[in-house]
Amino acid sequence: MGWPLAVSAGLLDKSPRALFRALLALAAGHLLATLLVLLPFALLLVLAEWQRSIQIGASLLVIGFGVYRLIERRHPRALARIPPTQLALWSFAVAIAHGAALMLVPIYLGLCQAFELDAGHEAAGALMKASLVKTSLGMAVLVSLVHVAAMIGAGGCLAWLVYRYLGLRFVSRNWFNLDLIWATSLIVVGVVALAFNLSSRQ
Amino acid sequence: MTMRPDPTFHASPKLAMEAPAENFAYTLLLSPDFSKPDALAVIDVKPGSPTYSQIVHTVTMPNKGDEFHHFGWNACSSALSPLTGHAFIERRYLVIPGLRSSRIYIIDTKPDPTKAKIHKIIEPEEVFKKTGYSRPHTIHCGPDGIYVSTLGGGGKDGTNGPPGVFIMDCETFEVLGRWEIDRGPQTLHYDFWWNLPRDYMVTSEWALPPQFENGIVPEDLLANKYGHRLHFWDLRARRNVQTIDLGANHQMALEVRPAHDPVREYGFVGVVVDTTNLEASIWTWWRDGGTFHVEKTATIPPEPAPKEKLPPLLQGFGAVPPLVTDIDLSMDDRFLYVSCWGTGEMRQYDVSDPRKPKHAGSVHIGGIARRTPHPNGKAFAAGPQMVEISRDGRRVYWTNSLYSTWDDQFYPDGVPGVEVMANVGRDGGLELDKDYFVSFPDGYRAHQIRLEGGDCSTDSFCYPSA
Repeated sequence: MGWPLAVSAGLLDKSPRALFRALLALAAGHLLATLLVLLPFALLLVLAEWQRSIQIGASLLVIGFGVYRLIERRHPRALARIPPTQLALWSFAVAIAHGAALMLVPIYLGLCQAFELDAGHEAAGALMKASLVKTSLGMAVLVSLVHVAAMIGAGGCLAWLVYRYLGLRFVSRNWFNLDLIWATSLIVVGVVALAFNLSSRQ
Repeated sequence: MTMRPDPTFHASPKLAMEAPAENFAYTLLLSPDFSKPDALAVIDVKPGSPTYSQIVHTVTMPNKGDEFHHFGWNACSSALSPLTGHAFIERRYLVIPGLRSSRIYIIDTKPDPTKAKIHKIIEPEEVFKKTGYSRPHTIHCGPDGIYVSTLGGGGKDGTNGPPGVFIMDCETFEVLGRWEIDRGPQTLHYDFWWNLPRDYMVTSEWALPPQFENGIVPEDLLANKYGHRLHFWDLRARRNVQTIDLGANHQMALEVRPAHDPVREYGFVGVVVDTTNLEASIWTWWRDGGTFHVEKTATIPPEPAPKEKLPPLLQGFGAVPPLVTDIDLSMDDRFLYVSCWGTGEMRQYDVSDPRKPKHAGSVHIGGIARRTPHPNGKAFAAGPQMVEISRDGRRVYWTNSLYSTWDDQFYPDGVPGVEVMANVGRDGGLELDKDYFVSFPDGYRAHQIRLEGGDCSTDSFCYPSA
């Protein structure tokens, strides 16, 4: 996400350094967005007895957002209003608006399941709760970092290829409308998480 | 909603220049006495076609008295903005503002230009209600919508509040509202354009409606009451950041033409007349360290003429002012074309060094005193006016009418609508094409031209030509 901005930054400044600086800003914004969405869930997970409801709720939230993206295919005008110099802010806003950060929630909750079950079986006490919060937060940070690394890795490669080898024609000719796929994948992730949750707990 | 970007969208000016040549030219026709509805003429410009240089389709509007002026596309290359990340709209609709009526027509040019038809009409009341502005003038397709500049504020004569820019949705054509958040000292409006990745807009000044609707007001002109300032804006923050006064004698700073390549932070503006000596001028503005600067970089002197060859308005001066009413910059930012509507000349300047324009080519046609005919022998009334350059820079088209009431003052013998074209040499030089001469139906004048697939005054680019 945002790789054309990195290409643009590189070309405008005639320097690969500007391209990488832009990627860094994009990564920072995206990371912030994923953390902003995941951290509240990480804190919620402490409520072990509500875990299932939280997971079902999260799945439904992602499905609902996917359906909304399907119906409302237009991009919020606010995104175009962010100055090109504020790449991190743009990246943050776009990750929130697209549901990129939200999409991680079911995956994250799935990953955390093992920890919580073990912890839940041990003991419930202030000390344990604190360690649970710590584990849960740590996992949220880890998930965010892995996700951002993957995104910036893929986007960065594409940005570099276009900047260095493929040229700008690639931007106008090979740009696909991914909105439909994006909305559908949100729904799929939500449905899979929901199905997994319902079947594994019965 | 398309799955791929429109093939007429180009990431950089260089790619736009390499695109296929235009097949059709859209030209606005206006009925100067308001006896007929204004129209959009579609002209075949494909060399070798049996209908070459002929009108192949006309869309006639249902109302009278609109006075069409500067139109534009609903979407263009600016849709490839990496910030919006959503290039899946089509260059399909022409947005035509009625300068006199404040009515806006949306014309659908698909599936074929020769089948163009009215898609929607936005009535003046909607513009008034949602924006407080009137007299829509110039259309530019932006990455997040259609931007429309206006020449009038509210009220019957358009002087209730300053004019400005409003935004429309590029798919539903809903009027969204005013663009400005902080207009600073700006009170007059004319043209506007921008540098998208560098995030600034430039606007110019003509006059308020009472100063142009019934013709030029000589007393106001001699008292230097027409516009003479340039305004620079933060495009996203919608805020005036700087205003530069060109000097009160530099009356009517009209068309703004920023370099197409967004890495180049300069542009040009044409001044119609200097009230101290009747000369016209070209100014270059540029940004340096965040501050804008402007400098007069070329002047065009008036031409002496005997009184009997002059309209009453000019008889006291014994000279014809060049009256630079339009300028246009080629896609490679190399040549600036300058319409001298008074003296009847189209000038070509080499602006490779933007602060040192070099006069590179010229053709004479029409003119208040000269009245030079077309090389094909036909008469050409008035002078070169709205000019449009093909994307590849090889063909330059122009019409001859400025504004109904002003035409009558400067050319009282009448201005039958004509469109001509000049071919450009590889290294400059201009020559009128003998075979391209479009005469419009009786009673119609011709104003602005838009070329199929974009031209040198519609599209703005988000990536440099690297």
